[in-house]
Amino acid sequence: MAGGSAWRSTVSRVVGALKTETARPRTSIRGMQTVTLIPGDGIGPEISNAIVKIFEAAKAPIQWEERNVTAIQGPGGKWMIPPDAKESMDRTKIGLKGPLKTPIAAGHPSMNLLLRKTFDLYANVRPCVSIEGYKTPYTDVNLVTIRENTEGEYSGIEHTIVDGVVQSIKLITEDASRRIAEYAFEYARNNQRTSVTAVHKANIMRLSDGLFLRKCREVAEQYKDVKFNEMYLDTVCLNMVQDPTQFDVLVMPNLYGDILSDLCAGLIGGLGVTPSGNIGANGVAIFESVHGTAPDIAGLDMANPTALLLSAVMMLNHMGLHSYGKKIQAACFDTIREKKVLTGDLGGKSKCSEFTAAICEKVKDAE
Amino acid sequence: MAVSNVALSLSKVIKPLWIGSLGNTVKVLGSTFVNYREKVTDTREYITHAVKHGDRHTVTLIPGGGIGPELFNHICDVFRYSHVPVDFEVVNVNCSSTPEDDINDAIDAIRRNGVALKGNLDTNHIMPPSVNSRNNLLRTSLDLYAYVMHCQSLPGVQTRHKNIDIMIIRENTEGEYSNLEHEIVPGVVESLKIITRANSLRIADYAFRLAREKGRRRVTAVHKANIMKLGDGLFLQCCKEVAAGYPDIIFDDMIVDNTTMQLVSKPQQFDVMVMPNLYGNVVSNVCAGLVGGPGLVPGANYGHEYAVFETATRSTGNSVANKNIANPTAMLLASCMMLDHLKLYDYANVIRNAVLTTMNETRLHTADLGGQATTSEVVQFIKTMISQGPLTAGLAGGGHGG
Repeated sequence: MAGGSAWRSTVSRVVGALKTETARPRTSIRGMQTVTLIPGDGIGPEISNAIVKIFEAAKAPIQWEERNVTAIQGPGGKWMIPPDAKESMDRTKIGLKGPLKTPIAAGHPSMNLLLRKTFDLYANVRPCVSIEGYKTPYTDVNLVTIRENTEGEYSGIEHTIVDGVVQSIKLITEDASRRIAEYAFEYARNNQRTSVTAVHKANIMRLSDGLFLRKCREVAEQYKDVKFNEMYLDTVCLNMVQDPTQFDVLVMPNLYGDILSDLCAGLIGGLGVTPSGNIGANGVAIFESVHGTAPDIAGLDMANPTALLLSAVMMLNHMGLHSYGKKIQAACFDTIREKKVLTGDLGGKSKCSEFTAAICEKVKDAE
Repeated sequence: MAVSNVALSLSKVIKPLWIGSLGNTVKVLGSTFVNYREKVTDTREYITHAVKHGDRHTVTLIPGGGIGPELFNHICDVFRYSHVPVDFEVVNVNCSSTPEDDINDAIDAIRRNGVALKGNLDTNHIMPPSVNSRNNLLRTSLDLYAYVMHCQSLPGVQTRHKNIDIMIIRENTEGEYSNLEHEIVPGVVESLKIITRANSLRIADYAFRLAREKGRRRVTAVHKANIMKLGDGLFLQCCKEVAAGYPDIIFDDMIVDNTTMQLVSKPQQFDVMVMPNLYGNVVSNVCAGLVGGPGLVPGANYGHEYAVFETATRSTGNSVANKNIANPTAMLLASCMMLDHLKLYDYANVIRNAVLTTMNETRLHTADLGGQATTSEVVQFIKTMISQGPLTAGLAGGGHGG
């Protein structure tokens, strides 16, 4: 089985999915690990601040390196992220990002798209877990959507064939499909998930989704410890809104992933409480909140840092710092469950700083 | 025209006897002689046709796979019981055979009769791409460009969300379902999504006309034009153009991922929704799930000339087939929609009321609703409700008629 284990270690390196603390050490100063922090726009700076405070209270061994990613035009007119931001990410390999605004008619592509292309962020991971204390019609949701993030329907290739007829091209490649399938199974294995479901529409898109499905099946053969099944997109939607507990890990191409990950976010309470992580090709991982910049409440100490906080918890787990992750998550959930100090969007009247302070208290108490 | 159709019908009956070929069997119930074709103009000024023999209508019936055959038996039973003046021309389609003769015969039958009731035809996605989805082939051949689903909360069914009343109108012929794929180099596949101005205008126009006809106040276009700027951008542009001609109806738009998120948190905010093909697939299934599942909601496919009625989620239901546990509600309500289309409103209302009354009885909920009733029990109760209605009041004992 030497070939098998060599293959597995190659896969682990390539997908960068780490669980144990014997991970390759990153820039380690006094046992601290450095993370690139991108506060973002709008409410970004204040919620990033909240995270930094909570991590301090938890004494997490994280050192923050703050960077700005406003697009600049490089030589040749090509839009890119500032070189110091890129250098920082390449070095630290881990990023935490707040919401970025994309001004209309700015002349440059969306910032999220630029980041995705710069670091080849091929997997978007969203764990959706019901938050006790934040009631939605759905309880006991506990699933993960893993979405291929580089190709598919979002390839951006469109043309007008004749006046009034437009074609949009959906691109599916063997390599990208295999890569995302491998990540999904690695994730399932490393996070004790029992099954992976491939979501597709191969009855209609026989070649493209068929290729995606074939790659998933091939990869499944190498992960016999994880159950694999396939389901049509419409069947998943139908069943998801009736009984989301039947799903565990879902892997799918870009568009279906976009729709399903937002649907699942809606099940647990919306983008204000949903974490998200993007995994890149060279071990780079950027964790982010997926809500907007909320310019109307920016600077008013009204924002809810939960989404960014849960993404930061995802980041801690990714780095192998599970104990800190658990502590902070528990403090966050407890604060929400008590309902004494909640921000406006969660149904309360408290300020962001009060909410943050409450979590810090709980984190300190948990020592 | 009439003579050739008779010859066609007779040839189908004779062929199996002479050649003994399996697969393509056409049973014609009722008269095989066509008396006349009646052109029916509906309120939307589209010409659709329906076939009548004397007082009786002929409708094509495609049982399909899974739960189709058993549910259609029940429908025929209920129709006979209610003395509905409809005869079914049954066309069986064998989904696993490669030649397209079966589905072409079904399409011919629908062209002949104008109206059909259909179960889902399984698509085996392991087969090569040259074998098209039979359902899709049927829709595109007959240009059934509008898929309409009316999604309503039913009082007798327990769901997480209440007071849902959404009409979904989905473009049914192009978009992602264009069946145009190729492998550029080994390992790289392109799939083309086609959006045309003509079809987008057509479906938007249909949506606004329907909204006005039904007294609805708002139409929401669902799209992903921030990413697919040309394709969905064109669709959105067409919707806006049509909306300008309906100032009495509010028009807005929403991106599809936000739409699904809103649907699971606050579905009551939606009124009428119009969208391209794939998003329609997603949204209609989400909505069906919100009101109680695939067993409850009917769907209709309309074209300028033809109409085909089926369940909203187009499920084959293989896992519950032939166990007498399938929920007949969706298929029965679809047949009521068909009766409305044929202007047999009285029959439609009686059967529909019977079905909805039965839905209020929790002891008559089938497995998909968390109950234990069998399909036969549900149908029997529906027939009892029908016998108490105005239609059969004058008939002796409500027994089986002709």
